[in-house]
Amino acid sequence: MKRSLIGALCVMAVAGGTFAQAPKKPAPKAPAQVAPVEAAEAKDAATLEFEKFRAEMEESNPAELFEMKGEEQWKTRRGPKNVSLAESCDLGQGVGKVEGAYVRMPRYFADADAVMDAERRIVWCMVEKQGFKFADIAARPFANENFTPDITNLVTYVAGHSRNMKIAVPLDDPKVREAWEIGKEIAAYRAGPYDFSCNTCHGSDNKRIRMQNLPNISTPRGALMGVQGWPGYRMTGGVMLTHQWRMGDCFRQQRFPQPKYASDAVADLLTYMIGNANGQVYKGPGIKR
Amino acid sequence: MTKTLLLAAMAAPLLTVALPAAADPAHRAQAIAILKKDFQPRGQASLDRLAEDGVQTVCNRTGNKPPEQIAKRLEEDQLADVKYPADGKLMGDWKEGEKLAQSGRGFTWTDDPGLPVGGNCYNCHQIDPKEAAFGTVGPSLYRFGKLRGNTPEMQKYAYSKIYNAKAYNLCSEMPRFGHAGALGEKQIRHLVALLLDPDSPVNK
Repeated sequence: MKRSLIGALCVMAVAGGTFAQAPKKPAPKAPAQVAPVEAAEAKDAATLEFEKFRAEMEESNPAELFEMKGEEQWKTRRGPKNVSLAESCDLGQGVGKVEGAYVRMPRYFADADAVMDAERRIVWCMVEKQGFKFADIAARPFANENFTPDITNLVTYVAGHSRNMKIAVPLDDPKVREAWEIGKEIAAYRAGPYDFSCNTCHGSDNKRIRMQNLPNISTPRGALMGVQGWPGYRMTGGVMLTHQWRMGDCFRQQRFPQPKYASDAVADLLTYMIGNANGQVYKGPGIKR
Repeated sequence: MTKTLLLAAMAAPLLTVALPAAADPAHRAQAIAILKKDFQPRGQASLDRLAEDGVQTVCNRTGNKPPEQIAKRLEEDQLADVKYPADGKLMGDWKEGEKLAQSGRGFTWTDDPGLPVGGNCYNCHQIDPKEAAFGTVGPSLYRFGKLRGNTPEMQKYAYSKIYNAKAYNLCSEMPRFGHAGALGEKQIRHLVALLLDPDSPVNK
């Protein structure tokens, strides 16, 4: 039932020509621009339809299925060491504690001597506590149409236990502050064939690519837009994807090479972005187009 | 006298506006080291893409606000690097230009390097007013030729701007499509026509 609804919506959006969000502001006004305004209204209708659908779906969010799988995997003894994460993994709130952990990461973990976002930390626990091989996890870290890695379920489970909580990245910790500073520089770094940086698209207000609004991650409001809804159930392809995945996809579109999975570079960038959203409410795993 | 007044008048509002800070050198150096350590090649996106060229370095170091003298000199270098078609023909077919403008394909690690690269134009600009799905990172190009004419000088400007946007604004957000090897002379000519041809919908 849910699937067919999703399918119908996808078809509709494809017919509309784009999954991108319609702009909040109307197209810049100029004389003799009747045509674009009409077309923009047509897209707006598709967007409204999506918003309505998303509101309905949030009552029975598909992310919850992944949360349930993640919960089972969190509590089950697994891996070569036959240990559960619930009895071994400290996400910064005490061993096994998931309540509020997601909104308090990235944070510094002395045992790993690294600043870690939620996904990176859980991977670290899987390797150090359960004995999984990092290379095996990193070989297929993200979901596709046919496959959802355990780590995605686990991240979604942990994120679900920060639903409706305030984001509180501990930026007063000097190690976290340093990661934030480095993340800020990574966001500003222009290179590659097109001279793009993160900030080319996400460094100023009220811009869009095609119809897609671009959050300005240097501002609290824009940073929150960049955080909200991740991990997210993506309508396109019907897959559950994490914030780590989203960072990689930005670098792809930036025409950069690929960031290594669960690396400092991604943790620093996430520290910058999520830290900028501090004090605002995270709504939990969401739905993305 | 007038100058100092003018400068003072200009400086006053600047002080109240938060300007993007120029790069913090120590953290920038750490960021570069981390980028070099933490990226891997994939598809056509090789690691050499992480290295800055001269223009990128200047823009990165100055928060995209290079000192005027330096900017001017480097812009001249970028303009000198523009290669114009040998036959001097700068206007192609606007219909082909429109197709190119629509395509955002090319240069990502998921793109087939054997396929032609798109112009990415609508990602950032309004062009043909019939296309409503246009971005706003760059200015609207609607009526570009109607407002400016299509003199040989204007054709040359449009050609060189697409070939290397940094020739006119060193830290422009716009890619250097010719310089980067993304678009060849045939394709740039089509885009010039899209902007300047009186028959192009841009100028209707």
